[in-house]
Amino acid sequence: MNDGPLFEVKNLQKNFGGLSVTDNVSLSLVPGDRLALIGPNGAGKTTFVNLVTGNLAPNSGSVHLAGQDVTRSSAMQRVRLGLVRSFQVTRLFYDMTPEEHVALAVLQREGRSGRMIGQFRSMPTVMDEAREILHLLGLLELSQFKVREIAYGQQRLLEIALAMALRPKVLLLDEPAAGVPQSETARIEHALDKLPADLAVMMIEHDMDLVFRFAKRVIVLAAGTVIFDGSPQDVTQDARVREAYLGSYANASSAA
Amino acid sequence: MAVTMHDPMTADKTRRRTITGSLIGIAAIIIVGVIGYFLFPNNLALLTRIIAIALLVLSIDLVTGYCGVATLGHAALFGAGAYAAGIAAAHYGITDPVLMTLIGALAGALAGLVSGLIILRAHGLPQLVLSIAVIHLFHEAANKASSWTGGSDGLSGIAPDALLGLFEFDLWGRTAYVYGLFLLVVVVILLQVLVRSPFGMLARGVREDPLRISAMGASVKSVLIRMYVISGVVAGIGGALNAISTQVVGLDSLSFTLSAEALVMLVLGGTGSLYGALVGTVTFLWFEDVVSAANPFHWLTMVGALLIAVVLFAPKGLYGTAAHLLGRIGGERR
Repeated sequence: MNDGPLFEVKNLQKNFGGLSVTDNVSLSLVPGDRLALIGPNGAGKTTFVNLVTGNLAPNSGSVHLAGQDVTRSSAMQRVRLGLVRSFQVTRLFYDMTPEEHVALAVLQREGRSGRMIGQFRSMPTVMDEAREILHLLGLLELSQFKVREIAYGQQRLLEIALAMALRPKVLLLDEPAAGVPQSETARIEHALDKLPADLAVMMIEHDMDLVFRFAKRVIVLAAGTVIFDGSPQDVTQDARVREAYLGSYANASSAA
Repeated sequence: MAVTMHDPMTADKTRRRTITGSLIGIAAIIIVGVIGYFLFPNNLALLTRIIAIALLVLSIDLVTGYCGVATLGHAALFGAGAYAAGIAAAHYGITDPVLMTLIGALAGALAGLVSGLIILRAHGLPQLVLSIAVIHLFHEAANKASSWTGGSDGLSGIAPDALLGLFEFDLWGRTAYVYGLFLLVVVVILLQVLVRSPFGMLARGVREDPLRISAMGASVKSVLIRMYVISGVVAGIGGALNAISTQVVGLDSLSFTLSAEALVMLVLGGTGSLYGALVGTVTFLWFEDVVSAANPFHWLTMVGALLIAVVLFAPKGLYGTAAHLLGRIGGERR
């Protein structure tokens, strides 16, 4: 197919007025990557995610997915090409069950979500796959509840289940543990371990324990630019990273 | 594994329960329809009109209740069906009622596509305003094209043939009523299949969170346009039924008033369920008929009072609230 990286961002630039929120950012991912994107508040992480997923248009630079330039593609087209995101604040259908969520994602991936006759419950392959994913994430017992009736931590797991059902090539996890009580982050971590090994994952996260356990590579973003790209072991030793975090946190070691 | 053994059974049970529910619903429509036929033999024209409007309200439910699009211009789809069926009969001599119905459905679909393409360009309040603009444009177009539509005098000269060559459209409106009831049952069966299909699930997803739907790689716009066209078919059938049964088509079938009233009926019955649309239509039109006969001066006040009562005390609508209460009782027993 192509010899380049699976996913590549080149010289991405986004200005709001005179302010460069994303300033000449380049990065690339290969299959199996486990990358954490961190940075102090206001570093431009959310803007970066929105640029990459197609929810915002960059001023310049390009985004490539599997060798294809998707800079001008819509968010929807990028999903179809295999670039899937999860949301920082859970976005689910509160009147639907986890089973319906995952089945809908499976049907969508297979191009069968527009079918106007039949029910997914009578489609064995869809049901089997949905049940398998729910089982993998420990949500099977809740599969018939409405999403509004299940706990927030479980809703976060369902977000991951939805992403898995779409079988992405590149997965962007926007703070998967946000809002989850400390006691339950282990379940999120457990779920992240179940992601396919060849999937390239980029995670944005504030919970440093989770970052250090999950990531094999860390990128630090500060004031819109990449100030560090390397291993989790080295990131705490880096002078520029410490400085960036000192600017926004009273204690650098608590952030690291 | 115990879980995986157990689960297909719950899925099966869920599926069987929904099918049983549908059968009960269809049976209820037929029973109520038959009772109406024998209880009000002199009022079949009103009952037929109720069915025609019910098709319009069902059609609004598809876009408003299932997809979350607010519209005050949906009579455009109904009126398009009525005028198309009427014009086919009056100007082209196509007087076979089934053919007229199909023409009405087609015109409704086309009107659905056109108004969908316009209305869906905006969201929220601008969307509502666009829908009002659409109904006024349709109304004005019909008014101006008076050589085709009869303008404000209405389109007359519609004389449908006997249904299937056997049943004349009689003075008492028996044939029209039975035909209308048949159309309603067929439409409700098809819509039940539709709302439970993957597409129906996708539509509910669009209503709840469009952003999530596009993050799953599905096109929100395409779902809404397709639903608008289907909605147009349903409303168009209602319009054609009205043209066949009354044998005239007036500008009121393309009016803002009808659009708004139909939306009120939907809210009265409860959005997002097919039966809510039916219950709302029957209640509203029956109440209107009874109260306007009892007190011709203050009937609108009473209709208003009924609406306020429902919106305040049963915000899910009559059917929605009843279903909710029944569900709670059932839940406690479980």
